[in-house]
Amino acid sequence: MDASGRDQMSDILVWAELRDGRPSGVAFELLNKATDLAPAQGGTVSAVVIGPGDCRACAAEFIAHGAGRVFVVEDPRLALYQAEAFTKILCRLIAETRPGVVLMGATSIGADLAPAVAARIGTGLTAHCTDLHMEDIDGRRQLVMVVPGWRGNLMVKIVCPEKRPVMATVRPGVLEKGNPDPSRTGEIVSIPADIGEENFRARTLESVREPEEGGLEQAAIIVSGGFGFYEAGGVSLLERLARAIGGVTAGSRPACDAGWIPETRMIGQSGRTVSPGLFISIGTSGAPHYTTGFAKAALIVAIDKNPKAPIFDIADFGIAGDLRDIVPALAEVLESER
Amino acid sequence: MSLRILVCVKQVPDPEQFDRITLDPDTGSINRGGIPPVTNPADRHAVEEALRIREILGGSVTVLTMGPPQARKCLEDALAMGADRGVLLCDMAFAGADTLATAAVLAAGIRSAGEFDLVLCGNESVDGATGQVPAQLAETLGWPRVTHVRKIEVKAEENRALVEREIEGGFLRVDVTLPVVIAVVKRINRYRLPTIFGILEAGKKEIVEVGCATCENCGLAAGAMGLGGSPTRVVGVFQAPRKRRVEMIGGEPRDAARALVQKLREMGAL
Ligand SMILES: Cc1cc2nc3c(=O)[nH]c(=O)nc-3n(C[C@H](O)[C@H](O)[C@H](O)COP(=O)(O)OP(=O)(O)OC[C@H]3O[C@@H](n4cnc5c(N)ncnc54)[C@H](O)[C@@H]3O)c2cc1C
Ligand SMILES: Nc1ncnc2c1ncn2[C@@H]1O[C@H](COP(=O)(O)O)[C@@H](O)[C@H]1O
Repeated sequence: MDASGRDQMSDILVWAELRDGRPSGVAFELLNKATDLAPAQGGTVSAVVIGPGDCRACAAEFIAHGAGRVFVVEDPRLALYQAEAFTKILCRLIAETRPGVVLMGATSIGADLAPAVAARIGTGLTAHCTDLHMEDIDGRRQLVMVVPGWRGNLMVKIVCPEKRPVMATVRPGVLEKGNPDPSRTGEIVSIPADIGEENFRARTLESVREPEEGGLEQAAIIVSGGFGFYEAGGVSLLERLARAIGGVTAGSRPACDAGWIPETRMIGQSGRTVSPGLFISIGTSGAPHYTTGFAKAALIVAIDKNPKAPIFDIADFGIAGDLRDIVPALAEVLESER
Repeated sequence: MSLRILVCVKQVPDPEQFDRITLDPDTGSINRGGIPPVTNPADRHAVEEALRIREILGGSVTVLTMGPPQARKCLEDALAMGADRGVLLCDMAFAGADTLATAAVLAAGIRSAGEFDLVLCGNESVDGATGQVPAQLAETLGWPRVTHVRKIEVKAEENRALVEREIEGGFLRVDVTLPVVIAVVKRINRYRLPTIFGILEAGKKEIVEVGCATCENCGLAAGAMGLGGSPTRVVGVFQAPRKRRVEMIGGEPRDAARALVQKLREMGAL
């Protein structure tokens, strides 16, 4: 708390990650959340974007999404993620602007950057949050960070009572994006990178894209298979259904462990979070660690031979039956309609 | 050129049995259901990677854990796989640590355990599942870090390593100088299981136990450890709310399939 007794939690800084020069979706989700939280505390929302140049167009987008101020750090050496340079830049900005809260996306990059920043400035960090809200705890307004714990159906509330800024990484795809408002105005502040050779002990040389058929994030329909396909000897039925319905395949952990589905397409707490229009889960018991990965799907269909499987608790439509019967029947119906 | 490798391993409740964990709705306390402890899965891959590097370049593999006395077991398991010696950081003062306080103690423990060229971690633990400790450990040591690593090639004579670091939709190639903290994903290798011979050999290997009383010169302030050194606090646990109400579709497979497709069309999902 500062001298006036006001908890310095009001100003929020969002690290707006770029991928291939484009803002990652989670940046907008964080800004939307920040514009929810900050004004209620009498605070401001700022974003910081780090890139090789031409970040101003993105900055305008961040303003439309609620940032009152965008710090732009441009340096040709920062086209790729450079762990130590990014850490230094963020730590310096935080020291100079003293935000009360710093939010980052829990992407594979954010999950590397945030803990290093938190350790260097000696503050608390909560990982992979699924919700943030203000709540009176121990007699004062505090930022409560909610993370799925243990089985995933237990949600754990975490606070950072003393140290500032409070830091959190938030799972992509969990918070609402909000709508951009082009009439919003904001300030764009260029700040020098101020980095040297010593900040490149770990140097990212290149970014290699690996072909991944059917992006999960963009997919309108995802059909996801689980260990239930064991009896079917693999997921070829699932692939057939995906083709018939015009969707892409994904899987639960056991399906990926068995090698039926590539690990990059694993859904859940340790995998991907998706929010398609339709998510069909087949032969999965519905462990919270798995279901947390698609809880935001508009419509969920579950197929499982165990009518008591917990997957039915989170589905909109369910069919209790053997997938070896149901899935071919479904595929046939869809194929015949083509 | 031989490499001095240290691997951080953590004991966790068996993740396969997490469904035995329940919440007492009245007291809000978690019942852990007596789940047996195991070595954190990713950490076994970290031990395996250390052994592979040692096989190529020579050197030593030290395994280190911070935990209660029974965490010795995960050191023994790593020694049985082939690691050379173990370090158990064990003191009541370490209890209740969040990731920052964990990293502080691990860093102090590593410094007191000797000099190392490479510290390997699992990318994340299944119980904390934060994945924060490796980067925070690197910061505390003042070393560079690479996390989410799926391939390591150590160029010992050049004092650096070339690694592949996973990102969404691909990977980054990173060139990093030693010493470095590297956190590995499970995909990096298949780990070996201890042989009978390995288990017998492990009994002869040294496990050093280090606590505050035996390690006065680590430079770590009492306030930086355990609960007191942890900026974050858990203030509550609750059951995730349930939002949907399922409509079950019955009948013969063909009829059920037809009915489902029709409903999905009505709702505009197809
Ligand atoms: C820390 C942690 C993180 C985790 N993260 C993830 C994660 O990100 N993603 C993930 O998926 N899991 C994750 N898990 C594992 C998760 O807890 C479950 O173990 C897993 O999701 C179960 O997968 P499943 O439903 O495919 O398999 P099972 O639980 O074995 O379920 C198989 C289902 O198939 C049904 N079935 C069997 N045969 C048929 C048939 N012929 N026809 C129809 N149905 C059939 C069965 O009735 C059963 O319901 C995590 C676990 C931990 C501890
Ligand atoms: N108490 C501990 N003792 C030793 N290593 C640890 C400990 N906690 C975390 N680690 C290491 O840090 C990695 C990531 O842990 P976490 O950040 O908790 O997800 C683990 O896979 C271990 O390698």
